[in-house]
Amino acid sequence: MRKAESSMDVIKVDKLVKKFGDFTANDHLSFQVKKGEIFGFLGANGAGKTTAIKILCGLSAPTEGRVEVAGFDVEHQTEKVKKSIGYMSQKFSLYEDLTVFENIRLFGAIYGLSAGLIRERSERMLKNLGLYEQRNRLIGNLSLGWKQKLAFSVAILHRPQIVFLDEPTSGVDPVTRRQFWELIYQAAAEGITVFITTHYLDEAEYCDRVTIMADGKIEALETPRKLKKQFDCETMNEVFLKLTRPH
Amino acid sequence: MRILYYLLQKEFIQIVRNKIILRLIFILPVVQLLVLVNAATMDMKNMEMVICDQDHSSLSNRLISKIEASPFFVLERMTPDVANGRERLESGEADLMLVIPNDFEQDVIKGQSGEIQLLANAINSQKAQLGYAYMQRLTSDLGHQFKLEMTGEKTQSTLSSTYTYWYNPELDYKFFMLPGILVVLVSVVGMFLTAMNLVREKEMGTIEQINVTPVPKYTFIVAKLLPFLVIGLFELALGLVIGKFVYNVPMQGSLWLVFGIASLYLAGLLGLGLLLSTFSASQQQVTFVSYFFLLVFILMSGIFTSVDNMPEWGQKVNLFNPLFYFIDVMRSILLKGAQFWDLWRQILGITILAISFLTLAVLNYRKTS
Repeated sequence: MRKAESSMDVIKVDKLVKKFGDFTANDHLSFQVKKGEIFGFLGANGAGKTTAIKILCGLSAPTEGRVEVAGFDVEHQTEKVKKSIGYMSQKFSLYEDLTVFENIRLFGAIYGLSAGLIRERSERMLKNLGLYEQRNRLIGNLSLGWKQKLAFSVAILHRPQIVFLDEPTSGVDPVTRRQFWELIYQAAAEGITVFITTHYLDEAEYCDRVTIMADGKIEALETPRKLKKQFDCETMNEVFLKLTRPH
Repeated sequence: MRILYYLLQKEFIQIVRNKIILRLIFILPVVQLLVLVNAATMDMKNMEMVICDQDHSSLSNRLISKIEASPFFVLERMTPDVANGRERLESGEADLMLVIPNDFEQDVIKGQSGEIQLLANAINSQKAQLGYAYMQRLTSDLGHQFKLEMTGEKTQSTLSSTYTYWYNPELDYKFFMLPGILVVLVSVVGMFLTAMNLVREKEMGTIEQINVTPVPKYTFIVAKLLPFLVIGLFELALGLVIGKFVYNVPMQGSLWLVFGIASLYLAGLLGLGLLLSTFSASQQQVTFVSYFFLLVFILMSGIFTSVDNMPEWGQKVNLFNPLFYFIDVMRSILLKGAQFWDLWRQILGITILAISFLTLAVLNYRKTS
C-alpha cells in the first residue's frame, strides 16, 4: 500500500506551520517517526505540543506544510488517517455517564469491530488491567488513574498503527505512571507506534527518541542517550533546561 | 448503519441516565398543558364593569339587568358618582365603565338617540374592543325592543348580522390554545435538548474523541437528531392525548398527517438547534441563543395574536418562522380537518426551512477545525 522508501516512516512531517492569527504555534516543524518507535514530544506548557498532535490526528488543519500519517496525507485523506490511528487527549474524554463496557462497545463499533471481537478484546483488556469486575460501573465513578489507563486501552482497542498520547500521565500518581508506561511498552511490543507528549522529563528516558520543542520550534531530536552526551548532561532534565531556558 | 445503531444506543442510554431531563420530558407537557391552556385563556368573559346610572329610569334598569344577564360582563359596582367610577377604572378594579346620563330614557322616548358612554381600559386593547362590540350589540338589541314596545313597529332601518362561529362553534378558547401551546412545548423541548446535547459533548471533551475516529459525519449528525425527533413526537402524542381526554379538543383531520408534518417540522427545528450548537462553545451560550430564536418565533407565530394584524414586514418575517407554519397546520388539521392539499403552502414552507437548517448544520459541523 505504501511506497517502499517510506515503509519505515509511519509519520512524516515536512515544514509544518500552524498559525492562529498572528501567533505561530508551530514554526516549520520537520521530523519522521519510524514504525514501532516510542517517540517523545517534549516541551514546556505552550510550546506547541498539543497543537502539533491535533494536526497529526486530523483534528486541526495545518496552515502550511505537509503531514503524512500511516501513508496518508492528513489534510486531504483525513478519514483514512483516522482509521489507522488511536488518540488519547489531554482532557479525559470517554463518556462519564456510560459504563466501562458501554464505552468500549461504542468505540469498538465505531472502528468497525464485530460484537464478538469487541467482547473478546474487552474481556482480555479489562482482565489485564484488573478492571474486569468494574466493567459495569459508570466511568465517572472511577479514579483518575483508572480512567487514564482505560482511555489508553480504548485508544488501542482497534489495533491502530499509531497511537497518539497527549500528556497521558499528567496529574497521575507515580505508581500509576509506572503502570501506564508498562501498558505503553506492551503496545509497542505489539508493533504499535507510540507518539507521546509529556512534560515529565523522567518519562523522556523511556522513549526511543525525543523531540524537544520550545516556542513552536524543534530544538533537538535524538535518542535520550545521545542528547545527554551532546549537551554533556546527567539527566534529560538538564538537557531540557539548557535548551528551553532563555539564553 | 451498524455504527448508527451503536451511536443511537449511546444517546438513549445517556438520556435515560439523566434523571432530571427524563422527568422533565414526562412532567413538562402534562403541567404545561394542564396549567397554561387554562391560564392563557382569552375568552372575553367576566369583564368587570362599573356603572354610573344617573338616569334611574326603567330603561336604564332594563339595560343594567341585560348587562347583568350577559356572560361577558360582571357588574363590579354601581355608583352615581362618575369620578368614583373613573377611579375604579384607573386603579384597574374595573375593565369598563358605563355612564348612563340622566336624560337617557327621555331622549329615547322623544325619538332622539339615547346616548350612553362606555369607557374602557384599553391597556388590553383586545379586551376593550370586544367589550365595546358586545356593548354595542346589547344596546342595539334593547333599542329595537324598546321601540317595538312603544310604537308597535319593527325597526328595519338598522342592519343586523347573525353570527356562526365555524370550526369552533362554542368559541372555546382552549380548542384554539391547546394546539398552539402543544407546538411551543414540542419545539422548546426538542430544540433545547438538541442544542445542549452537542455543546455538552464539547464541554466534556468527548466530541474530540469522536472526531478523531473515522465515524461518518452524517451518521453522527443523524444520531444527534433522531433521539430528539422521537422525543418530540412522543411529546406531541402525549399532548394530543391530554387534549382529547382533558379538553375534548376536536380532532377532525388525519393524525397521520399531523405526525408526518410534525416529523418534517422537528427535523428542521432540531437542525436549527444543531446549527446553533456548532457555533457555541458552552451550554450557557447555546441556551441564550436558542432562547432568543424561540422567543421571536413564538411571539411572531400567531399563537396569541392574529398574524393578520401584524404589520406587513412582520408577516414577511414569519416566512422564516417554522412555528408560524406548524401552529397553523395543527389548528387547521385538528379543528378544521384540513387535508394535505389545503396545507401545501405551510408544508412547502416547513420543508424549505427544514432543508435549509439541516444543510447549514451539516456544513457547519466539522470534524477538523
